[in-house]
Amino acid sequence: MSAVDAVPVSSDATIQRIDARFAALRASGRKGLIPFVTAGDPLPEATVAIMHALVEGGADLIELGVPYSDPVADGPVIQHASERAIARGVGIEAILAAVRTFRERDAHTPVVLMGYLNPIEIYGYPRFAAEAVAAGVDGVLVVDVPVEESDTLAPLTDAGLRQVFLVAPTTTDARLAAIRARARGFVYYVSFAGITGADRLDVSAVGTRVAHIQQGGSIPVAVGFGVRDAATAVAVAAAADAVVIGSALVAHLADAPDADTAARRARDFLAPIRSALDGVRTP
Amino acid sequence: MNEPITVSDYHAYPDAHGRFADFGGVYMPETLMPPLEELTAAYLAMREDPAFLAEFERDLKYYVGRPSPIYHAERLSQKIGGAQILLKREDLNHTGAHKINNTIGQALVARRMGKRRIIAETGAGQHGVATATVCARFGLDCIVYMGAVDIERQKINVYRMKLLGAEVVPVTSGSKTLKDALNEAMRDWVTNVADTFYIIGTVAGPHPYPMMVRDFNAVVGREARAQMLEQFGRLPDVLTACVGGGSNAIGLFHAFLNDRDVAIVGAEAAGDGIDTGRHAASLAAGRKGVLHGNRTYVICDDHGQITETHSISAGLDYPGVGPEHAFLKDSGRARYEGVTDDEALAAFHELARTEGILAALESSHAVAQAMKLARELPKDKLILCNLSGRGDKDVHTIAAREGISL
Repeated sequence: MSAVDAVPVSSDATIQRIDARFAALRASGRKGLIPFVTAGDPLPEATVAIMHALVEGGADLIELGVPYSDPVADGPVIQHASERAIARGVGIEAILAAVRTFRERDAHTPVVLMGYLNPIEIYGYPRFAAEAVAAGVDGVLVVDVPVEESDTLAPLTDAGLRQVFLVAPTTTDARLAAIRARARGFVYYVSFAGITGADRLDVSAVGTRVAHIQQGGSIPVAVGFGVRDAATAVAVAAAADAVVIGSALVAHLADAPDADTAARRARDFLAPIRSALDGVRTP
Repeated sequence: MNEPITVSDYHAYPDAHGRFADFGGVYMPETLMPPLEELTAAYLAMREDPAFLAEFERDLKYYVGRPSPIYHAERLSQKIGGAQILLKREDLNHTGAHKINNTIGQALVARRMGKRRIIAETGAGQHGVATATVCARFGLDCIVYMGAVDIERQKINVYRMKLLGAEVVPVTSGSKTLKDALNEAMRDWVTNVADTFYIIGTVAGPHPYPMMVRDFNAVVGREARAQMLEQFGRLPDVLTACVGGGSNAIGLFHAFLNDRDVAIVGAEAAGDGIDTGRHAASLAAGRKGVLHGNRTYVICDDHGQITETHSISAGLDYPGVGPEHAFLKDSGRARYEGVTDDEALAAFHELARTEGILAALESSHAVAQAMKLARELPKDKLILCNLSGRGDKDVHTIAAREGISL
């Protein structure tokens, strides 16, 4: 058996899902739409239904938030969503189970887990890597793992998971080069210095920065923080490969009384943004 | 990860990445990485700059009142009947604790970097008061984040900060205590990164903070080492200090780390007892994890969620600990033991009655540890205990605990 044959099938599928999705977006000139929801919120049993509804509403990739007790980069909306999920006992095991169930009906939509390091550290890196790949997770965005510490996640990337890096308005060119050298899948540009859900979006500054990031290579750029509706999504999409929308969506789902309502709200929230984005084409 | 660490020079840490062997590092969101790089470069230059060091030492002498004496607690030692207990009197500093050593240093760094807006987190309020103090001294804006629960139980310190011109912002997220105040200060910093300097109050946080805060507090151990040789003609046999985040402890320990014959014992808050789960003993009872920018020992559940801690002393009520202490534990250079609320209170009273010193509840943990060690050691042994702060701030807490209304 050759070395190539020894690579797990799911690892191949991982590489295909994120890269294939961005390749398809570029080929068709469409802009990617990436919703973020906190796993287990508003109800643990709603997560899989919400994920399918997001795809029906036009999601190209799903960011699933792993709740954490001390989310230093998050504003009150995502803090509270995390607190609710933690109070209901949602941890990595339950989240991987949700992704596994989601994959039974959706083999193509990439799923990226977004959160902080300590829950993964405590779960154990080799165990997390193996189980996440097996469940059908495609990548991780660990907010408190900058490029300097990215070796920490080597067991995950070795198993085929993509490590998605953040780029910020404060990122220097030297840092950007180091990030580009390691980035696979896509990079996530944080549109302003601040926390998630804040109202500080400056569209023209984002355009300049994203163009600068894209100069260095072909890595797709998704832009998040401050995108809250169709208008802001369209404004940001002009410069980017994809837009991420998180806090506004999480807030919209927060008081849904049951899984069906949460799923319907997720679909109804995303669909008009999808339509608006489809009016923006890459030349 | 569990290989024993062999160390030839304890003063060679951290490395250029801010690592103390397996511990420390820079686990922070990207937005804050460039300012942390900028701070690291600026501070590494300043710590070699004679003009900066002279400015720092001048303020330590004329504003803080250093050096603080070493006091031989003879009556306490006699009563115990074992080794001699010596107290490094950080309680005699301006503002009543070691905290001012660090806030002076960081305020000087901030001023040289041209940052005029200072933020800080505080638990018991001691670091908040020390920060508000130096901001008044240097004419800097000061915003202090403090958990809503802590604001309620530390009203006097809240008012002291306001008298000094600081704005105190209540934090209502999470457990509404010190760790959440730290989270909120980080959120402020990430939002106002261009003009803001974050004065972290302990040897935790991302690199360069564990190194920088240690350096500013290391004056305690440098002084103490020289004072021991001068007053007693030799080094102590044992050092002890209380450990929450661990800044007063590392301050005392650091100068002695390469003196391998000097034993080092840290006293952590065991609260109601480590076996009850209601404690703050990250080193004695926690596990390796990542919190507030560094890898260290943390108190968390099986999902990796940081859990609430308990101690009668708000200054020790923190679910992490400075990474250098984690390193000293794993390398075997220091050991860390739990002291319960009751043991700390008993030590508080014993010291008050035998020596006429009201120790802070935090420092009372170190005194309790020193008393335990004294009982086990012969009379000719010397135990140097860091009396990191004075107890005036705790009078209400102690009275309430004993059912007395003032």
